[in-house]
Amino acid sequence: MELIELENICKSYRIGEMSVPVLKNISIRIGRGEYVALMGASGSGKSTLMNILGCLDRPTSGKYYLEGEEVGSLDGDSRAKIRNRKIGFVFQSFNLLPRTSALDNVIMPLAYTNASLSGREAKARAVEILKRVGLADRMDHHPSQLSGGQQQRVAIARALVNRPPVLFADEPTGNLDSKTSVEVMKMFEELNGEGITIILVTHSAEVARCAKRTIQIRDGEIIRGIFGQEEEAS
Amino acid sequence: MTLGSTVVSSVRALGRNPTRALLTTLGIVIGIGAVITMMEIGNGSAAAMKQNLESMGANTLVVIPGTPRMPGGVSQGQGSAVSLTPDDCEAIRRDCLNISAVAPVVNAAGLQFVFAGNNWTPRQVVGSTPEYFEIRNWQVETGRLFTQEEVESRARVCVIGSSLVKEVFGGENPVGTTIRLRNVSFTVVGVLKTKGANMMGMDEDDVVVAPWTTIRLRITGLKSGSATNTTSSASTSPSALYPGTGVAFFPEQAENLETDTLLVPRFTQVDQIMVSAIRPEQVGAAQMEMTVLLRDRHKLGPDDDNDFWVRNTAEFMATLSSTTTLMSNLLLVVALISLIVGGVGIMNIMLVSVTERTREIGLRMAVGARSRDILQQFLTESIILCAIGGIVGILLGHGAALMVNIHLKWPIESSPAVVAAAFLVSASVGIIFGFYPAWKASRLDPIEALRYE
Repeated sequence: MELIELENICKSYRIGEMSVPVLKNISIRIGRGEYVALMGASGSGKSTLMNILGCLDRPTSGKYYLEGEEVGSLDGDSRAKIRNRKIGFVFQSFNLLPRTSALDNVIMPLAYTNASLSGREAKARAVEILKRVGLADRMDHHPSQLSGGQQQRVAIARALVNRPPVLFADEPTGNLDSKTSVEVMKMFEELNGEGITIILVTHSAEVARCAKRTIQIRDGEIIRGIFGQEEEAS
Repeated sequence: MTLGSTVVSSVRALGRNPTRALLTTLGIVIGIGAVITMMEIGNGSAAAMKQNLESMGANTLVVIPGTPRMPGGVSQGQGSAVSLTPDDCEAIRRDCLNISAVAPVVNAAGLQFVFAGNNWTPRQVVGSTPEYFEIRNWQVETGRLFTQEEVESRARVCVIGSSLVKEVFGGENPVGTTIRLRNVSFTVVGVLKTKGANMMGMDEDDVVVAPWTTIRLRITGLKSGSATNTTSSASTSPSALYPGTGVAFFPEQAENLETDTLLVPRFTQVDQIMVSAIRPEQVGAAQMEMTVLLRDRHKLGPDDDNDFWVRNTAEFMATLSSTTTLMSNLLLVVALISLIVGGVGIMNIMLVSVTERTREIGLRMAVGARSRDILQQFLTESIILCAIGGIVGILLGHGAALMVNIHLKWPIESSPAVVAAAFLVSASVGIIFGFYPAWKASRLDPIEALRYE
């Protein structure tokens, strides 16, 4: 069983009377522990695909299996639960809560987890993850007191706090300079080494090169990387 | 999301913008503060007014004789019957449970009050017992009241109101002097405290009060009238025994007559009986009791009309309560308006806050917040804002009322019920005006919200 399986995913938006297709019959499989870069020009549909993969949006038709569970047709609350438990998000603009300590930013998703985690347990878990991303000495700092790279690492810690099997990163280095970009990309590599599946959306070939597999998308269709590296190699 | 963590995260969210939170609640603070201040002052004056009315005799009942119909249907007017006796008075004292004091009253008006070279016609000359002063809540200023013994011995003593002191005695202390009322001499034993004008604007202090026996037997004589119900055997007309005005010329004769006649003690009639109920709420019960008792004593059949009237001061109470109701209704309207204004302020700022925090909402949704969690969070924020505003408003309002009390000496009265209501109302304002922004936040699309700039 693959981690992610898409079967004939279509997505179209209605603009007035017209129906504009954005994704056309996408079928793709991503296995556990893969490190995938999703590439494409703007307007190619990569963000839409990302939103569907991240359970933020629903496909118009087709099936989406996440860990064997069909999640494409779930309602909003069930998708919220999936996002909370199985998916971690890292955004281009970090999206940290302002005037809130790094620690509290990391704890935040745990508030929406049904598993009754006591305040102390939640804190312990957040501290552990912050240590893992190398911010043990910055836990009480507010986002404004952190550098871009540090902020992005807080965001990564927040994405990982619920121990999801898959991490989505939407242009994670888009707001960073080259030095901190390297820092962050190294972080992803390490996490991937620990077995976390990473799906990275980017238009930078340099960033995409870090990934083990590149999926290229154009006009709502996958033009490259539809099969895994092994399959391509064979 | 648990309630506890919602409250914590709401407080944190508010704490990120303390100045705005403060300014937002200002409307509620002022609204609730004004309501509390006005309520406390309003309640205070209502209580003071009620106390005043009670001191004027809000629990007083008056029994007056009924309206007899002569054969042929000629009415002689209210109070013209001769149906009340001192024995009725004693029976009321003995048998009625809701009363605290009873006094027979004999009225005489138009009598000239003479002292030395001065004369004056008091508005009222009242004959009664010491209990009369208790019922009317009237204390003596100088000297003393007359006693029950003096009532029984028909002593020629009287107490006078302060207006008489001014008019006749030129402000000198009249206690111990001898005055004449229609040529009967009385010793002034006391001066009553000033009461001022009554509800009708009449001077209450223009009065002479003496033992009722003295007034009845030495001055007015007995009323002639249709005393048909009182005694059946005493067919002798009282006016024949006591030729009313004749007494004035021959007071000694009246006294002789009275001692010689056995009928007199049994057939002395009084003009009114004044009764005070134990508490104002018991006026109705007292009225009922007395009606039953007097009907029985006057041997009235089930079909007979009462030969007496029981009047109470319920109108006073009705006026009072309608005044206070009107006042509190007006306050309620003011409160409502100010709270609506405050609530609109809350809604406005919450809408701004939702727009401003669109990305935060998107993020929260992305990490697993359901619509319901977002709704709960923003609703909690506005409720907390309003509740804090309410608490601060209650404290400020109470403080303002205290200042008014200390500096202007206005009476105030704080009630826990009003405080609780104010708090609940402010929290409800939070729910009502916070709901729309919170609902709007919860309806956001996470994708759009995350991309919002």
